[in-house]
Amino acid sequence: MNSRIIDVKGLRTSFLTDDDEIPVVNNIDFHIKPGEVLGIVGESGCGKSVTALSVMGLVPTATGKVEGEILFKGENLVQASEARMRKIRGNEIAMIFQEPMTSLNPVFTIGEQLIESLRIHRKWNKKKALAKAVEMLKLVGLPRAEELVNEYPHQLSGGMRQRVMIAMAMICEPQLLIADEPTTALDVTIQAQILELMKKLNKETDTAIMMITHDLGVVAEMCERVVVMYAGKVVEEGNVKTIFQNPKHPYTVGLIQSVPDMRVRVDRLYSIPGNVPKPGALKLGCQFAPRCAHVHERCLSEDPHLSAFKNGQQVRCWLYEDGKGATFHDSSLS
Amino acid sequence: MTQVLVKVENLKKHFPIKGGLLGKTVGEVKAVDGVSFFINKGETLGLVGESGCGKSTTGKILLRLLEPSEGKIYFEGEDITTLSSAEMRKKRREMQMVFQDPFASLNPRHTVEKILEEPLLVHGVKSRAERRKRVKELLEVVGLSSYHAKRYPHQFSGGQRQRIGIARALAVNPKLIIADEPVSALDVSIQSQVLNLLQDLQKEFDLTYLFIAHDLGVVRHISDRVGVMYLGNIVELSDSEQLYKNPKHPYTQALLSAVPIPDVEYQKERIILQGEVPSPSNPPKGCPFHTRCPKAMDTCVSVRPLLKEIEPGHYAACHLYE
Repeated sequence: MNSRIIDVKGLRTSFLTDDDEIPVVNNIDFHIKPGEVLGIVGESGCGKSVTALSVMGLVPTATGKVEGEILFKGENLVQASEARMRKIRGNEIAMIFQEPMTSLNPVFTIGEQLIESLRIHRKWNKKKALAKAVEMLKLVGLPRAEELVNEYPHQLSGGMRQRVMIAMAMICEPQLLIADEPTTALDVTIQAQILELMKKLNKETDTAIMMITHDLGVVAEMCERVVVMYAGKVVEEGNVKTIFQNPKHPYTVGLIQSVPDMRVRVDRLYSIPGNVPKPGALKLGCQFAPRCAHVHERCLSEDPHLSAFKNGQQVRCWLYEDGKGATFHDSSLS
Repeated sequence: MTQVLVKVENLKKHFPIKGGLLGKTVGEVKAVDGVSFFINKGETLGLVGESGCGKSTTGKILLRLLEPSEGKIYFEGEDITTLSSAEMRKKRREMQMVFQDPFASLNPRHTVEKILEEPLLVHGVKSRAERRKRVKELLEVVGLSSYHAKRYPHQFSGGQRQRIGIARALAVNPKLIIADEPVSALDVSIQSQVLNLLQDLQKEFDLTYLFIAHDLGVVRHISDRVGVMYLGNIVELSDSEQLYKNPKHPYTQALLSAVPIPDVEYQKERIILQGEVPSPSNPPKGCPFHTRCPKAMDTCVSVRPLLKEIEPGHYAACHLYE
C-alpha cells in the first residue's frame, strides 16, 4: 500500500444538468508512486482536467458528483469532509493551474499569497513564513526575490508568474503536485525553463507529479508513465517508452502520428478523421469506434475493457483482448 | 521561373504609447522594426517567433488592416502602401486572411451561408443564385457538406469552424492567404486535418501562403521557407530544410533546442535561454537579442546586425557571420 501515494479506483465524475447527469470522467483507474511523474494526455473534453479537480476535491458539489475511490495514502478523499480536504489541499496535495495570468489574486502581493498556506497549515508567524517565501522564490530561479515578495502579480511576466505558482505549490512540500497544463500558455523558450525547473524539484524533493498535458513532447520529456484518456476513459496506460515506441490503442497511434515532427518532414500528416466527442454524447460500445480505422462489429455494441500486458501496458481495445492479439501492424507506422 | 508575389521592404510599425494628463505620446512600442522579405508565387513562407515578436502585426500590415509606420509593400510589383482605402478594399480580393480563433472570428448571429456570402457581396457578385452556388462549392472544397450552410457557428466544432474560416478566405479566389496561427487553437488530431486541407487547397488553387505560427513543428511541416522573428526583427530567413538542420542565429538555435520532441530516445543538447524577451517599447540597443544571447560579443551591444545572405538563400542577422 505504501508504494502508492495516490490510488484512484473507479473514479466517475459527472455534472448535473436540469434533467440529466453527464459523466465527464467515466470509471477510471490509475495510481502514482512516490516521486514518480505520471503524464495524463488527451485532447480537450477528454476529462483530464476534471480528473485533477476531482482529486483536489474542487468539483462543485451543487452541480457535480464524484463517485468511486481516490485513495491518498490510504485515505479515501471522495468521502473526506470539506474541513479535512482543506487540511490536505495546498499542504499535502498542491496544484499548478494552466493560466498563470488569472490564477494569482491581483490585489495581494506575491509574498502575501505565498505565505498564506504556511500560515494556515503550519501556523507559522509572518516573519518566518516570509523568509521561507523568499527562499522558495530563489529556488524557482526568480531574481530579486526579496523585492518580489512586495510586488503585485501584474508587475510580473507570464513565465515569472508561473514560477511563482510553482513556488506557491511547493512551499508546504507536498507529496503530490498536480500540474494542469503548466506550460501551455507559455512560449517555448520559457516552457523549457519551467520544465527544467519542475524536473529539478521532482528530483530534489521527491515530490510525485501528476502532469496533465496535451503536448506529447512534454510527456516524452517529463514523464515516467503515461495514461492516455479519450472521452472520459483511460484507453491506454504504460511506461513512457512503451507508449511512444509501441503504442497499441489506435487512438494513441493516431495521436502520436498526428504531431508534425520537427526533425523530419513528411509530405502528408496522418490525421484521425472525425471530431473529439462532446461529453454527454456518449454512444454504445467503444467511444473511439466512429473514428477508428480498425473498427469492427463488436466495437459498436460492446465497450472494451482494459486488458493488461506483461510489461504493465494496458489497452482498452478489442484488438487486444486479455493481453493477447497480434502486435498492431500498421503500414503507416513503419 | 519563380515569380515574386509579395515583397516587403523595411516594414515598421510603431504604436504610440499615450500617457499623461493631455494624452501626449510618451513613447513607442516598436512592434515591427524594419522587416524585409519576399514570397514567391505558390510557395509558403512561415513566420515563427514567440509572443510579442511582431509576427501577427506583420501579417496584418501586409493586408493593411494596420497601417505601416514606414516601409513599402509590393503586391505583384505594385506598391500597395499608397493605395486609397477604396482601392485597397478591391485589392483585398486577391489577399485574404484566416484568423487564429475559430470561436471569435465568425459572427455567431449569421448562418454559415451568410458568412460565406459576405465576401462575395462585397466583391460584387450580384446574383443571389450564383452566390448560393458558390457557397455550396466552397463548403465542399473545405470538406463540409452543403447542408451545413443553414447552420450557425455554435453548431460546429473548432476544426469545422476553422474550415469555415478557410472557406470564407477562399470565397473570392485570392492569390495570397495570410494564415495567422490557424491551427493553434485546435486539438492535435484536428490540427493535422486542417494542415492537410491547407496543403491540398494550395495545390488545387495555386495559392501562396504566409503562415504565421509559434509551433515550430507545424511551421516546418507546411513551409517552403521560414523566417524567424525576434522583437520586431527577422533574425534568420532560409529554406526550411536548411533552417531546421543548420540554424545559424543563436536565437534560432535556442528556439529549436527548446521544443520538446515526442520521442523518448531522442537526446539533445538543450540551450536554455536566460531571462525573457525585453519589452518592445524599450528594445535593447545593438542586436535585439544580445541581452539573452550566449554568444554575445562587444559589438553586439552597440551595433545592430543587418540581415545578410551568409549562404545561398540563407539569411541571418548576426555579427558572428561577418
